[in-house]
Order: sequence, then structure tokens, then C-alpha cells
Amino acid sequence: MNRSFIGRNPSILIFLLVLAIFTIGVTFMSEAFGAGMISTSFVKTLGKTLCLALVAVAMDLIWGYAGILSLGHFAFFGLGGYMIGMWLMYERTREIVESSMMEAPIPPTEQEIVDGIGNQIFGVVGSSEFPAVWAFADSLVLQLALVVLVPGLLAFVFGWLAFRSRVTGVYLSILTQAMTLALSLYLFQNDSGLRGNNGLSGLQNLPGLDDVSQDYVSMWFFWGSALALALGYVFAAWIVSGKFGSVIRGIRDNEARVRFLGYSVEGYKLFLFTVTAMIAGIAGALYYPQAGIINPAEIAPIASIYLAVWVAIGGRGRLYGAVIGAVFVSLVSTYFTGGQAPDINLGFYTIQWVDWWTILLGLSFVLVTLFAPQGIGGLFDLVSGRHHPDRHGADLGPDHGSLREEEAEE
Amino acid sequence: MLKRLLVIVLAAVCLATLAKAQDAATQATDDLGPMQQVLQEHADLIVESSRRTIGPAIDAVANSGLEAAQTVLEVWQARDMYQRIEDGLFFAAEETGDDIFTLTDFDTGVVVGEVPDDALEQIKPNSGIRSLIGTALVSFQLNDPDRAKRDEAISSLERRGNAELLTPLRNSIDGEPDPALKERKMRVERLMTITYDPDEDARIEAIEEMAGDLGVDVRATLNPLVATTIRVFPDGNVPADLNIAREVEPGSEELPVAEAYEMLDGPPMVSSDDLRATLQDNIVDGRVGGIPVAELFDPERREAAYGALVDAGTIPPRPTAEEAAQAVEDATFVAVYAEPNPAITAAANRALGKIDTNVGLNQFLDLGLDALSLGSIYFLAAIGLAITFGVMGVINMAHGEFIMMGAYTGYVVQQIIPNHTASIIVAIPLAFAVTFAAGVAMERLVIRWLYNRPLETLLATFGISIALQQLAKNIFGTQARPLTSPDWLGGSVVLNDVVSISTVRIAIFVLALVFLCVFLFIMKRTRLGLETRAVTQNPGMAGAMGINPGRVNMLTFGLGSGIAGIAGVAIGLYAQVTSEIGQAYIVQSFMTVVVGGVGNIWGTLLGAGLIGALHKGIEWFNPSNTLAAQTYMIIFIIIFIQFRPRGIIALKGRAAGD
Repeated sequence: MNRSFIGRNPSILIFLLVLAIFTIGVTFMSEAFGAGMISTSFVKTLGKTLCLALVAVAMDLIWGYAGILSLGHFAFFGLGGYMIGMWLMYERTREIVESSMMEAPIPPTEQEIVDGIGNQIFGVVGSSEFPAVWAFADSLVLQLALVVLVPGLLAFVFGWLAFRSRVTGVYLSILTQAMTLALSLYLFQNDSGLRGNNGLSGLQNLPGLDDVSQDYVSMWFFWGSALALALGYVFAAWIVSGKFGSVIRGIRDNEARVRFLGYSVEGYKLFLFTVTAMIAGIAGALYYPQAGIINPAEIAPIASIYLAVWVAIGGRGRLYGAVIGAVFVSLVSTYFTGGQAPDINLGFYTIQWVDWWTILLGLSFVLVTLFAPQGIGGLFDLVSGRHHPDRHGADLGPDHGSLREEEAEE
Repeated sequence: MLKRLLVIVLAAVCLATLAKAQDAATQATDDLGPMQQVLQEHADLIVESSRRTIGPAIDAVANSGLEAAQTVLEVWQARDMYQRIEDGLFFAAEETGDDIFTLTDFDTGVVVGEVPDDALEQIKPNSGIRSLIGTALVSFQLNDPDRAKRDEAISSLERRGNAELLTPLRNSIDGEPDPALKERKMRVERLMTITYDPDEDARIEAIEEMAGDLGVDVRATLNPLVATTIRVFPDGNVPADLNIAREVEPGSEELPVAEAYEMLDGPPMVSSDDLRATLQDNIVDGRVGGIPVAELFDPERREAAYGALVDAGTIPPRPTAEEAAQAVEDATFVAVYAEPNPAITAAANRALGKIDTNVGLNQFLDLGLDALSLGSIYFLAAIGLAITFGVMGVINMAHGEFIMMGAYTGYVVQQIIPNHTASIIVAIPLAFAVTFAAGVAMERLVIRWLYNRPLETLLATFGISIALQQLAKNIFGTQARPLTSPDWLGGSVVLNDVVSISTVRIAIFVLALVFLCVFLFIMKRTRLGLETRAVTQNPGMAGAMGINPGRVNMLTFGLGSGIAGIAGVAIGLYAQVTSEIGQAYIVQSFMTVVVGGVGNIWGTLLGAGLIGALHKGIEWFNPSNTLAAQTYMIIFIIIFIQFRPRGIIALKGRAAGD
């Protein structure tokens, strides 16, 4: 066991190599730096997909490795987006307000500018006052810190409350779903201070960079997303490779036994829950400037369930599985729901994929759960010739989150 | 002598002639009916038709005590009264032919004849006069033998009272044969006494009598009595004859300092916007008051520039904030009642206080009913879930879609059977059958392979959920489909002006009760219930006893799904049926089951009641914001789980599973 971290996990190197080739390939095909074979909007789609892959890695950490099916990680993702969106919107509006006020005969005071920004941003919800949550919106550094701190703090408080009272399994899933619903309902209110159901918009325009075309901005975000995914992946692999990883897998398979061995199960869970929430926040902060708009509907519980769907289809309990699942499902979804897929004419009925894609997704999801619990990632076991443990039908662990024989990989 | 005699004779003759003339005149008036006489006496006023002078004429008709009075007023009001030009008599006229009018005498009611329209002069009362006539008419209508007319008269009084009608109203109460109308008359009399009676004691008595009454009309009568206006006395000398409610402190929410200052006649305050505008108007060569425009982004430099303009005499000086505050400080602000009599306002305030307490109590009752009905809806939605999740440990994310299937079944049945009552009676068992079949199919095809993998069940059923939802969208479209309730469910039960509950909600409450009983019966009294309980506690042992766990699970799951279908019909009756109808209830249903405790129907009942009450309670604190109510409710539930992680009623022992 003296081999290096990378040596023990060759999949990391392979993953990074594939990601690098992909990034370079897209760069040379983009409109900004290369042949222009890939349109700017598709570069954005790819960049967003990388962010989704990052949040899927976080989801895999908490579900695939620790056995906690959280239905709240997309809420953390959205919170990260809101935090960066506040700065983007504030600074962007300040530019517009300042330039219009400078044309007046008398230069505006500091207060008048702030009032003007408030009017611009909150006019849609019938207010012009800055709520307290916008206190740091004028500082990029502070808002960037909040991208990590706000989801982290929420996850910490919620996780502390939930794990402390030993809520596990399905109960915990429902509770996280309730948290997500509460958050999205709260944000839907006009007086939540975040523009209610209008959400934050115009996030694709970077303040001070009006003369840089979106072709370049989209590439910057694409590179940023790729870098974040690479770092997040290595970090997640590092977490699960050592002793810490063994403990959390132990918690997944038999929580009581790990507790009796003297480990602070709650501490491990809480740490992992909080860290993955922070990763989700970072992913969201990179995602929403590429999407251009964020509103509370993005945070609705169904988004978090979709996240679990990606991880399950990709193969939970293996990090590259999560990435594959997120990339595969979200790109295929984009293809089908974007109206690009050709209709199928059955003679008596024409299947339009915009209408039927969700049904296909739902059913294929049921089939994957029933017949291929290892997901797409399981295909790699065939290549690498790994064998499943033969336990003659016995489970790896009694806990609800533990892997069953047919989905275990090591 | 002869001369004197002649004078006497002449005088006698004259007298006789006079007397005869007098006689003739009397004879002429005697020929007329009594009503015509009254009308002739005021003929000038009637013809003049002026709102200011018509009063005595209307009064004379109304107070004549003649039977025809009401008819005259009605005809007059309807502009059907005409004056015959040749003799100046008044008739009711009706156009019966081309420019030919049929005249009817007021006193006798007989048709006098037909005349062309140029022989008549129409009396045209303007709207002011007509409303005066209407008021006079009310006193007749109050005693009209026709019940509908009395009803109308009372309604008109309820809408708009009138001081002069108080006495006729009081007089009409005793003779009122209809008890319902009599009650209304007495109530209007009380309310009008409060507003119009000249006697202070009578008013106070009426106010005290109505104290605590919940009617909106009582509050509408009392509120103007205690309405106040804020008045300012700059020197602090408040006249003693004013009926003062209280002193108003400037700077309070009722009277901000800026508003208080505006009420004083001082020089106006200058807001920052005004200041900016003034500076803008006084830019001279890029400078304002000697200060370069470019420096005016600084608020202090703006003040300095304004000061310079004042010093130069360009603009009038403005009060400083301190001066304004001092001026407001020196003045006295009082809220003054419009009603001058302090005894009346005091009584009205007491009565309103009593009413407020009463209204509060009744609102609480109303809230309780709302909570109960919401709780029974949650119970209906959650009871199926409690069976599948609680008894079998299977989490069914598609439960909401079973509710949706039930609602759409109801809709489809209503398309086929137009009679609402019949269609509901058909729809309920049909919805049960449809969702029972769907539930059994789902259990056989998917869930039974996943019994030891509950988290995978959650995701697999979620897949089914989104597929079903999209399928419903493809079939029925995205627009809401109405599920109309039968007429006998359409109304609402009104206890008083505050407490009311719609009949549909009562029906849903009853339905929830029925299902509670059905569920209890099945679980405690039937073979299936016994087997279900056995399988829940220990599937292996139950199998050893000859129970087929697979069959029991299938039937239990079907039962839970079937009840969801019926809940769908019930929910569809008061909510619009869309493909997302189930989503609206699914999280609340999960909460209900989790809060109530898994595996116990009483727990589900308590959970539904708690969540319903909580929801309505929070909504009551902040009625404008239902979203916030849901947010706080979920936060409360998360905290509640801290203290009772297994719900209100937790299973104990082996059945608890650990």
C-alpha cells in the first residue's frame, strides 16, 4: 500500500486526460479561438454540462459513498448561483444607472446611485429598498466567499439537526426534500429580497466587459467549469481514497457497526454533507452566469431528484459514473427537448420527442434501477475485468443506503 | 229712509250674490275628490317642480291620510302624472294610442276619458324630487299589503337610512305580519336609531343593544361614529367643546413627522429631490452658488451650494430639520371625532370593542373549521401513502400521480355522464378501480423487486411519476380541466357574517371520516388486515404461517393507491384538475406521514390535523402570504422531527424495525 494516490486510482488520470482532451478540442472548435464548428450557445451548453457534472460528483460523494440520498443538493447549487448572481446584477445595474445619471446636469451622489440601482433591481417586485441580504452585493470577494459559505452554513445547520436526531434512510430523503421545497417557496415570495419569481437575470453580461463578445466570455466560463470539475474530481477522489473514505463507506454499509467501533458517525456525515454542499455551491456559481438567469423554479425539489437520477444512471459509488451520468443524460435531454430530434411517424400517431422524451426518460430510469443498478459505469467493469463479490445473495450491509450485491464494485 | 232701505237692499243683494258666488266656488271644489283638492292646493308647487320648494307638496300628499296617496306618489315618481290644461286638474295618464292619452282619476280610479297630448302638460319631477318622493313612498311601502314591496322598502332602508323615516318605520313594526320581515324591521330600526335619533339616551341604548353583534351592518353603522380626523393646534390651545379621541404623537406610525409638519402652515421642507431640482434650475456658467457643478456629487457640497443660493437671495430660505422638529414639537395634534357627543362615541367605542372580541372569537372558530377541512384533505391524500409507506416501508413518489389519475377519471366520467350527481357516484368507485389496478400493476412490475432497496424504490417510482405526469399532459393538455361538483355541494353553510364553510369541504371532511372507518375496519376486522399486520411485523414468520406475503403486499399497495384515486376525485371537486395536481399535495402528504408516525393510522390522522392547523395558524398571522406560511410550516416540521424523530405515534418493539 505504498503506491501513490494517483497510482492507486488510475481512473483519476484517465478522467483528467479525457477532460483535458475534451476542453482543448472544444477550444479549437469554438467560434472564439478556432474553427467555429461549435456555436457559442453550444459552448455554453457544454460549460453548463460540466458544472452539472461537478454537482453530480458532489451528489455521488454523499449518496454513492455515504449512503445519504440527499434531495437538497440542487438547492445548494441554486444558492451558489444566487450568491454570484447578486454581485453580477448589482454591478451591472450600477454601470447602467451611473451612465444614465451622469448625463444629468448635476452629478449624482453616492446615495442617489444606490437608490437608482435599488429602483432598477427591485422595481419588478414593487420595492426600491435594498434588503439586508444584499449588504455585500457590491463586493465581488465577499460574494464569492458567500458562494461557499451560504450553502455550507445551511447544510451544516440542517445536517447537524438531522444527523443529531439520527434521521436516516428514506426519512432523511424526505426531510431534505422538504428543506428544498421550503427554500424554493421562500424564494418565490416577493419580499424574500431576491426578486421573487422573477429571479435574477442578465447574469451572462460581465460587469466592465461590455466590449468583450459572448464568444470569449463563454469560453472563459467553459475553461473555468472544466478546471473546477477537474479540481472537484481530484478532491473527491482524494477524500474517498484514504481512511476517511473507508469510514464513510462503512457508514453506508453498516452505520451501527461503525458507531460501535468508536467513530463519530454524525461528525463524518456532517462534514461530508457540508463539503458537498459547498462544492454544489461552486458549481452553481459557475453554471448560472452561463445560463444567464436564475429563478426559484430551478431550486424546486424535482431538480434535486433529477440529480439523483443522473448519478444512478451513471453508476453510483464511482465518481466517473456520476460525471458520465450527468453529461449523458443532460446532453441527451437537451437534444430531445430542444426540438432537434426527428419525429417518429407511426402512421396513426406521430411521436413528438418534446412531448414523449420525459416519458422515455422516466421509463428508462425504472429499467436502469431494475436491471442495471450499476448504471453506465458498470460497463467499465466489463472492460477492466473486475469481478463482483460473490456473497451468495447476502447484502453488503443492512442499512438502507448500503449497496446491494448486484451494485457493489469493490 | 228710503235711501237707507235701498242701501240695505243693495247690500243684501250684494251679500246674496257674494254668498251665491261663494256657494258656486264651494260647489266647484266639492265636485273634486279629496286627493284632487290636495293636489290643487299645491298645484303651483307641483307644476314648478323645484327641489327646494316641492317639500310641502309631497308632505301634503303623503300626510293626507287618503288611500290614493301612495298611488299618486308612485305615478308622480314614474313621471306618469299629467295636468289637464283646460281646468288644471291632475290625472294619471297612459299613452294608449298615437298621441292619445287615457286619463284616470286619482280618487275614484275610473277612466275619465281620452285626450290628445296637446291638451295635457306632463309633470316632470327631476331626479332630486323623485328621490324625495321615493323617501315619502317608503313609509307607505313599509305597510303595503304586498310582501315584496315591504321587503323592498326595508332593503332600501338597509342601504340608506333616513332620519325622517325613523318614525314611520317604528309605527310599521307592530303591524308587520311576517316574522322575518318584522325582525329585519326591528334591526334596521335599531341601526337607524343609532345614527338618526335626536335623543341621546335612545341612541346610547340602541348602541348598547347592538354591542357584540357580528353583522357587518352594525360595524358599518358604528364606525362612522368613531371616525376621527387629525387636527393641529399650533399654540397648543385645544378648544374645550371638541370631542377629542386622543392626542396624537408626531413621529408615530399614524402621523410621521414630515406629515405633521405639512399640517402646520410653515415654509415647506425641501426634500433631497427638490434640492437637486432647485440646484439644477440655478446653474450659472457651470456653477451653482459659486460651487462647480462637478463637485455636486458630494451631499455636503450640495448643501453648501443651496446655502449660497439662499444667502444670495435667489431662493427663499428653508426650515432646517431642527426648526421643523421644534415647530412640530410646539404644536398639539389631536384626533377629533366627527360626532360631537362624547357619550355617544364612548358607547360606540365600547360596543365596537365588544364586537371586536366577538369577531375575534368567531374568526378563531372559522379558522378552526378551515384547519379541519385542510387537515381532512391532507388526511385523504396521505392515507394511501400511510399504507404504502407506513405499513410496507415503500416510498411511492408516484402517489401524487395516483391522485391525479383519480381526478382525471372523475373528469372523464363527467364528460360521459352529464348529470353531476350521478357522475360523482360513478366516478368514486371507478377512480378506485383504475388506481387500484395501476397500483397493483406497479407493485408487480417494479416495486416487488426493490423491497430491500428503499432508496431505489424512491427513484424508480419517481421515474414512473414523471412518466405518468407527462402522459397526462400529452393526453389532456396543460390547461386545467374542471370537475364540477353537483349543485347540492355547490353552496356553503353560513353561521354568521364571519363563520362560513363551503359544502364541498364538509363533504370532504365526511369522506375522510368514512375512510378512517373503512381503513380501521379493514385492518382490524378482516383477514386481509390481519395478514397485512402480520407481514408488516415479520414477513418471514408470516410466510411460515401460510400467508403469501407477495399477495398481501400487492393487495395492500393496491388499496393504498385506490384510496389515492378517491382522494383525487375529492380534491378535484374544489381544485382545478391539472397534470400537476398531485405534486401540490405529495410533499405535504409525506410530511403528514412522517410527522404522524409511520405505520399507524391514528398517527396519520394527528399528523394531518397538526399540519392543517399549523398551516392555517401561520396563514392567520400573515394572511397575505401563503408561500411564507408553507415555508414556515416546513421549517417547523424539520424542528419537530428533532424532538420526535419517529413521529407523534411511534411504533415500539420489533415492529419498529430496529
